[in-house]
Amino acid sequence: MRIGVPRELFTGEKRVATTPEVASQLIKMGFDVAVESNAGAAASYTDAAYEAAGCTVADVDDIWSNSDIVLKVRGPNDEETARLKSGQTLISFLWPAQNPELLEQLTERGVTAMAMDSIPRISRAQKVDALSSMANIAGYRAVIEAAQHFGRFFTGQITAAGKVMPAKVLVIGAGVAGLAAIGAAKSMGAIVRSFDTRPEVKEQIESMDAEFLMLDFEDEDGSGEGGYAKVMSDEFIKAEMALFAEQAKDVDIIITTALIPGRPAPRLITAEMVNTMKNGSVIVDLAAEQGGNCELTEPEKVVDHNGVTIIGYTDMPSRLAAQSSQLYATNLRHLLTDLTPEKDGQILVDMEDEVFRGATVCKDGKTTWPPPAPKLSAAPKPKAAEAPAPAPVVEKKRSVAGPIIGMVIAGLALLGLGAVAPASFMAHFTVFVLACFVGYMVIWNVTAALHTPLMSVTNAISSIIIIGALIQISSANEVIKWVAVATVLITSINIAGGFAVTRRMLEMFRR
Amino acid sequence: MNIEGIISVSYIIATILFILALGGLSNQETARRGNWYGIIGMAIALVATILGVVTHNYVPLFVALLIGGTIGLFAARRVQMTQMPELVAILHSLVGLAAVAVGFANFMDPDRLTHYLGVELTIHDIETYLGILIGAVTFSGSVIAFGKLSGRMSGSPLTLPGRHFLNLALLIAAIWFAYQFVVQSAAGGGMQPLIIMTVIALVFGIHMVMAIGGADMPVVVSMLNSYSGWAASATGFMLGNDLLIVTGALVGSSGAILSYIMCRAMNRKFLSVIAGGFGTGGGAAAAASGEDQGEVQPIDAEETAALLGNAKEVMIIPGYGMAVAQAQHIVYEITKTLRAKGVNVRFGIHPVAGRMPGHMNVLLAEAKVPYDIVFEMDEVNDDFPKVDVSVVIGANDIVNPSALTDPDGPIGGMPVLECWKGEVSIVLKRSMATGYAGVQNPLFFLDNTRMLFGDAGDTLDKVFKAL
Repeated sequence: MRIGVPRELFTGEKRVATTPEVASQLIKMGFDVAVESNAGAAASYTDAAYEAAGCTVADVDDIWSNSDIVLKVRGPNDEETARLKSGQTLISFLWPAQNPELLEQLTERGVTAMAMDSIPRISRAQKVDALSSMANIAGYRAVIEAAQHFGRFFTGQITAAGKVMPAKVLVIGAGVAGLAAIGAAKSMGAIVRSFDTRPEVKEQIESMDAEFLMLDFEDEDGSGEGGYAKVMSDEFIKAEMALFAEQAKDVDIIITTALIPGRPAPRLITAEMVNTMKNGSVIVDLAAEQGGNCELTEPEKVVDHNGVTIIGYTDMPSRLAAQSSQLYATNLRHLLTDLTPEKDGQILVDMEDEVFRGATVCKDGKTTWPPPAPKLSAAPKPKAAEAPAPAPVVEKKRSVAGPIIGMVIAGLALLGLGAVAPASFMAHFTVFVLACFVGYMVIWNVTAALHTPLMSVTNAISSIIIIGALIQISSANEVIKWVAVATVLITSINIAGGFAVTRRMLEMFRR
Repeated sequence: MNIEGIISVSYIIATILFILALGGLSNQETARRGNWYGIIGMAIALVATILGVVTHNYVPLFVALLIGGTIGLFAARRVQMTQMPELVAILHSLVGLAAVAVGFANFMDPDRLTHYLGVELTIHDIETYLGILIGAVTFSGSVIAFGKLSGRMSGSPLTLPGRHFLNLALLIAAIWFAYQFVVQSAAGGGMQPLIIMTVIALVFGIHMVMAIGGADMPVVVSMLNSYSGWAASATGFMLGNDLLIVTGALVGSSGAILSYIMCRAMNRKFLSVIAGGFGTGGGAAAAASGEDQGEVQPIDAEETAALLGNAKEVMIIPGYGMAVAQAQHIVYEITKTLRAKGVNVRFGIHPVAGRMPGHMNVLLAEAKVPYDIVFEMDEVNDDFPKVDVSVVIGANDIVNPSALTDPDGPIGGMPVLECWKGEVSIVLKRSMATGYAGVQNPLFFLDNTRMLFGDAGDTLDKVFKAL
């Protein structure tokens, strides 16, 4: 089958859907790859490089009319849609929820369209998850943009010319983009704080060495379906806003990445908060396309509000075109690999497969979007994390009857003993049983670290058996006398040795 | 003056002091005081008995006390901390021997026939019999345990064909001779069955410990500890002495609880440990299947030092290998250096690491590792995902992931330190040999595991120099 990769027409879009390296791997899988002339130029991939990798460089008409599979980054515009015909497969970002007309047109034209944004976020599909790849780049680029507009160092320094305080960065929303931003800002030396409504990301934030901002609020789990956040209660939002207002006065850079799927971005940074920020501060709003987390954000623009720069670029991945093309192309290649189980260059869209089902928005003239809800979440919920280790559960299922029968038998045996034994024995027996219980209670309190001293000290005191020998030692019988003397000898070894070695060990247990 | 009353009160005081001694061990601060309680309790009991009960033969008594005490002190001073398990085992054997001796001496005393009558005599005879039986098992078992722990005997389990039947036969014989003994004793005899039973008990003790593998030694040592207590308790019954009964019961339950803790730490049933023969069936098969597990990734001392130096969280997991290599001191030197660099070094101790309960703690304490960075398995197991480098020193089965993944394996279901969940694990080992359980360890073949071969002491020396 022939794969066609046209040049992206969207204004400012520099990415390309395949790179020479990825193309050569696609060719190995049995595909022919045709790339439109200059398709990769903006991302620094030349036509010559594509040709060297084994691709055909073709003109735009050839690409659209003679390809079985069309790979793109952005969804097709009207002109491009008109070129598609029945039987072709289109793979790109499509955003079917936001672009219902596009979906309708694609369905009408009878193409099979797979939306890279609709890949279900399950573990298996991570290698195909272009949203994560792009979000990662966006997070990184957000920090670079912030640094570009920030008039100071990120890192703290003590120089001959004075002390430089490290920049303070607040990252709101610790998804893929947020974590990438934390990592980038951290490695530039800034102090990074982060906030997220989903408590399970606390560990991830801390693992990046950033500070997780705790909300003074009783537990409300903000984890929604598919690893995204969900809408929170009013009180929660109030507490959250108070936290941001306080942080805004302190931090130099705010990077917001808060998105809730299928809804406009939540308003987190109000105009008043921006007013309280220091002169020269920077806000990077990665949610600008969905309306922005900051009230003053203007999509695709950089605005200056009383000395605070607010960056609303919506094309962060395109601003690192070579990198994002490489990752996106690799995501596509993984998808194609899965679609080509025979490695014969023939794709097979298996609608039973959860990944393909989720991604396919229309097929054979029918709209197949939205797919049934995904069953698994990419980020495990806390409950799943607490799932018990594969412990031998079977043993616990012992019947209650066993111990009861045992106790009854033991009780009868004791009664039998009491019936025949003389009183003096029973007195000793009482002492014995009570001592066992005292021992039981006392020993459970012994710390595990002191088990060896415990053994040596119990060993020493069990030599109390020397009393027996002492009682016998005054016997007139010579044999008994000398046996008793020998017993005194060996037990006194034990007494002295046991206590001394215990003392020696315990001396070592000092802080 | 009521001598009897004073002795009784002294015994009560001694009993209380013994309980306080054990109670003191609940933490490190009170433990030293606890040991003094024990010493004082013992001294009170001895003085009261010598003054109140002993009437003749003071000279041999004091000579024996002096000689024994000197030997004991000398042994306690000279013993290396790594030899602790052997010392404890041999001391247990002395208690067992004493119980046998006291039992025989008591039996030889002709007064008992006039002193006890009817049922009382029967009970008394059974007490004597039991005291000697438990004492003899403790004695021979401890001697064998000593031999195994000190390396004078092979640590591998001896598995005679039909060993369970042998044990059963010995048990039945012991019961039958008990009957014979009680009958003959009432008629004035009984020495013969008593001696035969002692021999049987000795054989039983030997056979029982011989059948137990090296990794189960912590259970054996604590079990023998328990037996020595029960022997003392039985002797106490025989002599009608409450101090012995109480002390024996305390020691007995202490050892029993330790055995239970050890068994639980290995997810094994007490009976199956005692029945012995660990890893005999599955061992060969598991070792064979282990060949195909892939390649290990070796590492050298310099790289190890670099990894450790760049880490934030380091977990050190010591095992018996550290004791063998005497590496605890150099481990602490490394720990100190790393901590000075701001690395958070902690120790994770598996309950059955080493050859007796708490063995690793004692070794680390000897090397002056502060005990507040030494943690139990349950305290640290959840932290491994945050650990950058885990250093496994001479441990194998206690870090074997197949305990969790392969429930039917010889160590299936045993709780282990899950070091593979951390960033990197460095395993110090002399060779690729399997642990005592005879199971190959998949940990060694994991991508995030590095193997540092060689004697732990030497390699850690090199690591320390590289740091």
